[in-house]
Amino acid sequence: MGDYKFARDKLADVLTSLKEYQVFAPAAVGDVLRFKEVTDPANVSLDYDNTTVPPKELMFPQTETLFKYRLGSTEVEPSVPDASKKRMVFGIRPCDAHAYSIVDNLYGWDFADPYYQKRREGTTLVGLACAEPCANCFCPSVGGGPASEKGLDALMFDLGDAYYVNSLTDKGEEFAKAAGLEAAGDADAKAAAKQGEDALKKVARSIDTAGIPEKLPSLYDHPFWEQFSDRCLGCGICTFLCPTCHCFDIQDEAEAFDARRARMWDTCMFSEYSLHTSGHNPRPTRKERTRNRISHKYSYFPEKFDVIACVGCGRCINHCPVNIDILDILDKSKQAEAKEAKTA
Amino acid sequence: MMDESNPYLPYIVNIEDARYETPGDRAIKTFRVTFADDKVWDTWSHSPGNCAMVGRLGVGEAMFCISSSPTEEGYLRFSIMKMGKVTRALHELETGDTMTVRGPLGNSFPMEEWEGKNIVTVGGGIGQAPLRPVINYVRANRDKYGELQVIYGSRTSEDLCFQDELGEFMTESGTSCHLSVDVEEEKWPHFVGFVPNLLMEVSPSPENAIAVTCGPPIMIKFVTQNLLKLGFAPEQIYTTLEERMKCGIGKCGRCNVGHLYVCKDGPVFSYETLKKIPEAFA
Repeated sequence: MGDYKFARDKLADVLTSLKEYQVFAPAAVGDVLRFKEVTDPANVSLDYDNTTVPPKELMFPQTETLFKYRLGSTEVEPSVPDASKKRMVFGIRPCDAHAYSIVDNLYGWDFADPYYQKRREGTTLVGLACAEPCANCFCPSVGGGPASEKGLDALMFDLGDAYYVNSLTDKGEEFAKAAGLEAAGDADAKAAAKQGEDALKKVARSIDTAGIPEKLPSLYDHPFWEQFSDRCLGCGICTFLCPTCHCFDIQDEAEAFDARRARMWDTCMFSEYSLHTSGHNPRPTRKERTRNRISHKYSYFPEKFDVIACVGCGRCINHCPVNIDILDILDKSKQAEAKEAKTA
Repeated sequence: MMDESNPYLPYIVNIEDARYETPGDRAIKTFRVTFADDKVWDTWSHSPGNCAMVGRLGVGEAMFCISSSPTEEGYLRFSIMKMGKVTRALHELETGDTMTVRGPLGNSFPMEEWEGKNIVTVGGGIGQAPLRPVINYVRANRDKYGELQVIYGSRTSEDLCFQDELGEFMTESGTSCHLSVDVEEEKWPHFVGFVPNLLMEVSPSPENAIAVTCGPPIMIKFVTQNLLKLGFAPEQIYTTLEERMKCGIGKCGRCNVGHLYVCKDGPVFSYETLKKIPEAFA
């Protein structure tokens, strides 16, 4: 598709011209950087490494109403989002767009999830390539990269005095048209390609994932999990800030007679997550829960959907209060000797 | 089938009959329900083993097996033990009340594949609920299956579910029924001991047979071991798994055992499948 560009000082004008979209861009909320709806284009800056909170909340809100009802009535009113309302995530990093394309498998599997899918359908993803990868990024190890196009409708490169824009889909073309972007030249395309290649070389951390999905199940009873789970606090930040973590709880809530059934983020790192009503818990300690978190991303999900459920964004490493590092765990798993687990 | 555009929306069902199977703090109550909207029956189709999320608006829902066979037409049955928040709220309901049903969910027993075989069911306590549709399906299709052996036990004789039907099995041609209680009781004419021991006492032949076992995890474990001792191959042994569930449609994450979602890939599994998945026995 097309190659475009806009001058750096025209960023606010570009955003202002996107009137038909509800636009979300990175914004500081206290110490936390996250995607917020743009209210004043003049305040938007794309000078950031990555957001603290991934934009998964734009497709899968932290709490979301499934349907509303009146207590005592049997009529329910679904709250499915309207896909015709156009939204845009502006400046999303390639890893976070890649995450959507991974999670799409789950929400489209067998039963389609209309809440997630309608939001996805109605949203245009305009990415921003990473010129300077962060310290704990390892996106190329898991099928991504600082300039990966996976899941994106358009990808922007910060070329200093201008942003180069590569539109990748029809939605990307619509964005370029709506923003009135000018055509880019060969030199811009070359500069962007060069930046992508250079950035790839700057990614400091990596893991060779070959063989990990097949090996992890054989480490089910291996003591190496305890090396990591022993210091885990069970806070769940690794999952809440993970762009591919998608687990949720469902609760009925009521205020006077107005009630709703809602779903909200949940985490496999909490004991209540898998606790049976009988009191039995198949994952009674943090050892089993850590094993499930890692195995789900690197073995169970790929077994089912043929793709690793990790995009190498490094958030779980950056924000773990006790410095548990997923790459250390994966590295140890490669060295650990397989053990036959006991079944019945 | 459910509203394909939104699998989170439940059907409203009317309770036509609600009765206690067993007494006590953990009473089991059976609900016979039918859809408030009669048209749902035109598209509804379930098989033995299928489950449904059953609930009450304002409280929540939980996963239960459909304990009626599709050969019992015009209603669905659920047999529910009083355990937690949702089941306590369901137990408050009586004939004439409404509840919600989302389903059918999950996979089912391969009843067609089992045609021509002898069927052995080994149940413990409320575990008889998922076996009931298998038993009634075989009884309704008598010419398609061999012998039916029902092996069933509970803690005390009061804790046996579906007592009115158990008597019928004992006198019906082609069906046998073997009962047990865990501890000695006055006037109890049947076996005393745990279900895995009752299984060894009955010693069903593995030849051209399928064994299906449902009950507490510890019972399933020992029944499986004993079935293997009796010569049943892993692919002749089936069970159903239970995990905590919220969505029932393979999205919310929590019911996985290894790479399998119990809500979607299960609840029915052969031991051939499960023996490779240690978490299935956690």
